[in-house]
Amino acid sequence: MLEGLAANDSNAIETIYRENYTTIQAFIVKNNGYPDDAKDIFQEAMIVLFEKAKSSSFVLTCQIKTYLYSVCRRLWLKKLQKQNRYNPSIEMIEETIPVEDEIELHQKRNEDFILMENTLSKIGEPCKSLLEAFYIHKKTMPEIADAFGYTNADNAKTQKYKCLVRLKKIFFAQYKNTD
Amino acid sequence: MEENLLLDAIERYRNGEMDDQEKAFFEELRKNNSDIDQIVVDHNFFLDELEKMSEIKALKHTLNEVESKLVNEGVISHKEGKLQAKLVYLWNRSKRTIAVAACIAGIVSISTATFVSKYSEKKNVSQITPLVDNKLNQFEHKLNQIEHKLNDASASAAVPAVKPKFEANFRATGFLADGRGYIITNAHVVDNAKNLVVENKKGEQFFAKAVYSNPITDLAILKITDTSFRKVSGLPYTFPKSSAELAEPIFTLGYPREEVVYGEGYLSAKSGYFGDTASYQISISVNPGNSGGPVINKNGEVIGIISSKETNADGVVFAIKSKNIYDALRAVKKDKADTIKLSSSNSLKGLSRVQQIKKLEDFVYKVKGN
Repeated sequence: MLEGLAANDSNAIETIYRENYTTIQAFIVKNNGYPDDAKDIFQEAMIVLFEKAKSSSFVLTCQIKTYLYSVCRRLWLKKLQKQNRYNPSIEMIEETIPVEDEIELHQKRNEDFILMENTLSKIGEPCKSLLEAFYIHKKTMPEIADAFGYTNADNAKTQKYKCLVRLKKIFFAQYKNTD
Repeated sequence: MEENLLLDAIERYRNGEMDDQEKAFFEELRKNNSDIDQIVVDHNFFLDELEKMSEIKALKHTLNEVESKLVNEGVISHKEGKLQAKLVYLWNRSKRTIAVAACIAGIVSISTATFVSKYSEKKNVSQITPLVDNKLNQFEHKLNQIEHKLNDASASAAVPAVKPKFEANFRATGFLADGRGYIITNAHVVDNAKNLVVENKKGEQFFAKAVYSNPITDLAILKITDTSFRKVSGLPYTFPKSSAELAEPIFTLGYPREEVVYGEGYLSAKSGYFGDTASYQISISVNPGNSGGPVINKNGEVIGIISSKETNADGVVFAIKSKNIYDALRAVKKDKADTIKLSSSNSLKGLSRVQQIKKLEDFVYKVKGN
């Protein structure tokens, strides 16, 4: 199941969803939240689990259900605290395991993610699409040249290089600021 | 253009697209040129970040897809819980306000009820109040604590501080019936108490437990269980079996406050509340906390034990006749096989009142409990 998640397999994700989502929603709703909050929290927890599953050293010492519930609980508490709606008598409906470290790590990663996303959106078109096509969708240079209307792959490559340098410049400038 | 080629090389190296010879050359280059090495490291880090982002983006996409699919299938419902969620949310948010409002409403209704009953129903319905002081307030607790601290500080050198520390919520009076640690007090004092502590004039406290308690006569006998208690000898008073006389002057010692309080009066009737022949009516000024105190005549005989007073009348106090004590002693003997020996010699007779009190003080105890 975790392998499926790590590979972004929609069947595995669907199964995890089916088995766990209702519990989490019940928990959030019971503790001052709306179902939409539950959706966000659950997805965030799934990302945490995904990151864990990808790292080779990860061994799950408890059920996925317990893990997800613990992460969700922690995340939701954090969110409540941020909004000053903290309710100390938060209800426990499942057993939990300590997940603080992982959540901190996740938040760091989340910041990186937002940073990268912002940077990408800043460089504008067609640079964004060009870089995404190459680095994310792993298209080859001739394919890209074709799709973006460059006369040959070398031109596309030059363009890609220029975009990349700009992107890196923006990214590292911000990255160093946040550190 | 140099850098362009370099980045290209890094990416090919990363993706494992280089052949062995090129790889070796590239690694050599990294080793010999720290600038290039730095660029490689930076670029690798950057690509890692980019990849991570793309992975998470893809995952989010899948998550959303799965979710909307399940919502369509009806496995998950956001709407079903919405109204309920709103209610729960509102409830949780305003819980405190509602609680406060409810409290105020409660207080208002109770005080209204009290007022109404106090002012409208002031008919001559006589009521009796047990004379236990269960309004030991925090102020007094504080005072107590300070007092104990002072005592501890001054006496710690001589006596190891073994005083039981506990928060009492009522206080009454009791007195020794037997120097081995048997104390007479009221049944209503001990009946609802979980823990009992008795304290003598010196402020020494001892744990005690009830060995006898009769709610009908309102008489109880405590036994000091504390090992630190040492036998007291020379009980100065006796317990007459005969009835006391009308108009006989009497006095009492008790603990309506933290300090022992003396009170004087006379025997006003040979029967108690509603003609109860097991008790006397006496006229004496007593207050909550006097419960269980001895009623003593001028000869130093304990003729009764203060138990209650009529709520709506002044100076109408009821005391249990001392002959009931003998019944109690018999019951204790039967149930617990404890023989309590009352003192038979009276050393108060013929003394002035001040001297009598001086002798008595040591045998009248404060009874506290919670």
